[in-house]
Amino acid sequence: MLAISNLHVAYGQSEVLHGLNVAVSPGEIVAIMGRNGMGKTTLMKALMGIVPTKSGSVSMNGVEVTGLRSYERVAQGLAYVPQGRMIFSAMTVEENIETGLVASGGKAVPRDIYELFPVLLEMKARRGGNLSGGQQQQLAVARALATGPKVLLLDEPTEGIQPSIIREMARTLKRIRDERRLSIVVSEQVLSFALDVADRVLVIENGEIVRDDPRAGINETEVAKYLSI
Amino acid sequence: MFGDYSLGDLAAIFAMQGFAGLILFSVFLLMALGLAIIFGQMGVINMAHGEFMILGAYVTWMTSNFFQAYLPALFSGYFFVAMILAFLASGALGMLVEWGLIRHLYKRPLDTLLATWGLSLILQQCYRSIFGAREVGVDLPQWMLGSFQVTDAIQIPINGVFVMCLTILITCAVAYVLYWSRWGRQVRAVVQNRVMAGAVGINTERVDRYTFALGCGVAGIAGSAFTMIGSTGPTSGQLYIVDTFLVVVFGGAASLVGTIASAFTISQAQSTLEFFLSGSMAKVLTLLAIVGILMLRPQGLFSLKVRK
Repeated sequence: MLAISNLHVAYGQSEVLHGLNVAVSPGEIVAIMGRNGMGKTTLMKALMGIVPTKSGSVSMNGVEVTGLRSYERVAQGLAYVPQGRMIFSAMTVEENIETGLVASGGKAVPRDIYELFPVLLEMKARRGGNLSGGQQQQLAVARALATGPKVLLLDEPTEGIQPSIIREMARTLKRIRDERRLSIVVSEQVLSFALDVADRVLVIENGEIVRDDPRAGINETEVAKYLSI
Repeated sequence: MFGDYSLGDLAAIFAMQGFAGLILFSVFLLMALGLAIIFGQMGVINMAHGEFMILGAYVTWMTSNFFQAYLPALFSGYFFVAMILAFLASGALGMLVEWGLIRHLYKRPLDTLLATWGLSLILQQCYRSIFGAREVGVDLPQWMLGSFQVTDAIQIPINGVFVMCLTILITCAVAYVLYWSRWGRQVRAVVQNRVMAGAVGINTERVDRYTFALGCGVAGIAGSAFTMIGSTGPTSGQLYIVDTFLVVVFGGAASLVGTIASAFTISQAQSTLEFFLSGSMAKVLTLLAIVGILMLRPQGLFSLKVRK
């Protein structure tokens, strides 16, 4: 579904990602683990075309998206929930979700999105900026789903969210995958969450993928070593 | 200063000055709407906004001449055609300017300020070269001349009423486009977070271009309205740009209601005070009041309350 091959990304002269190779199959949930500064967010931004790619390629279903702009990548089926949520705070909840409809061409917010996040239906007339952190996270996911994605990218979705809601979020992500048959790539620092949600766990260290384990045979202590400071 | 007038006189004066103020309000509001879209929504300080208005005024003048020369039978309706043409001409120029100049200068407000200031000088000279330095006036069709006689002392000019209805209509249209249409949602999303708007699938460059064009187009319509209350010259637009910025900042950028309220307050204060004091004293008092209010409320009259 999503194929990243030999991806190099640099800010000016300093290269941050040194040739990543990742393939994500349809319906798979992949967690990318790593400490701060190892390149998780840069990878996400490069996938969305927010940070330019130096060399290598990213393709969706065989379609090369490396040279495309963000909105064109969204049209190809990539959707993005950034770190810090980045919802449009002065717009209402409903309007926030509707911004995602531009890409999918829909008119009204699909019912199943509200079924997934009933709290958003309750608060649809509130301004996005006045929601709590957890609600904003749900809103950001709903907005991404409104674009009708094939691959959903989430950048540290658990950051700044209370533990009970983190477990809830893992369930929601799996439900989204099961109902919509889409692939999910989630970058994470919280190992328990990654183990909860993922089919496969990658570890990124200094801009390179150093481990790639299926969920079933994973050695937790080995992965945790890369996360502890 | 009120001492020399009887109570009835005062009422009539206030009514008529208030109405004169309403026409000024219309021009302010139309100008400010365009500027509020561009400045409030995109953060671009467009010093050439007055020149976009004057382009609309010249287009109106040309249309009126064309109708007089070739279609005298339809002259009474030329104004509607002129308005549409003014909107299209200013909008097209705006689109060109955004493409050639503004888009390279986003996030550099001071550079935009200088660049658009330069643009305004270029446009002024273009108008002078093409249309001549003399101011031109537009002939109004018969049905717009004259006035309603409300009481013995109060007269209300018909073209003023017409301009106001026009303004209300356009304000509603702009409000609809920005707040209820699909395109308006895209504009507001781009304004709040350009990168994120792109990442939810919005073509931000196209949105920027059409937003700028819309702002300039509305200025063009303001130019059409302007031909009824003043004569059009190459530098006429400059006189309005400062007042218009004042309206936008005083109302609170990015707030449509604020822009309307502030255009109303400023134009009414101006117009009523002008009758009793000299024009410059009226201006001084208005400005002092605004400075005072902005010191107490720097975000302007209206602003959204949202967690940052």
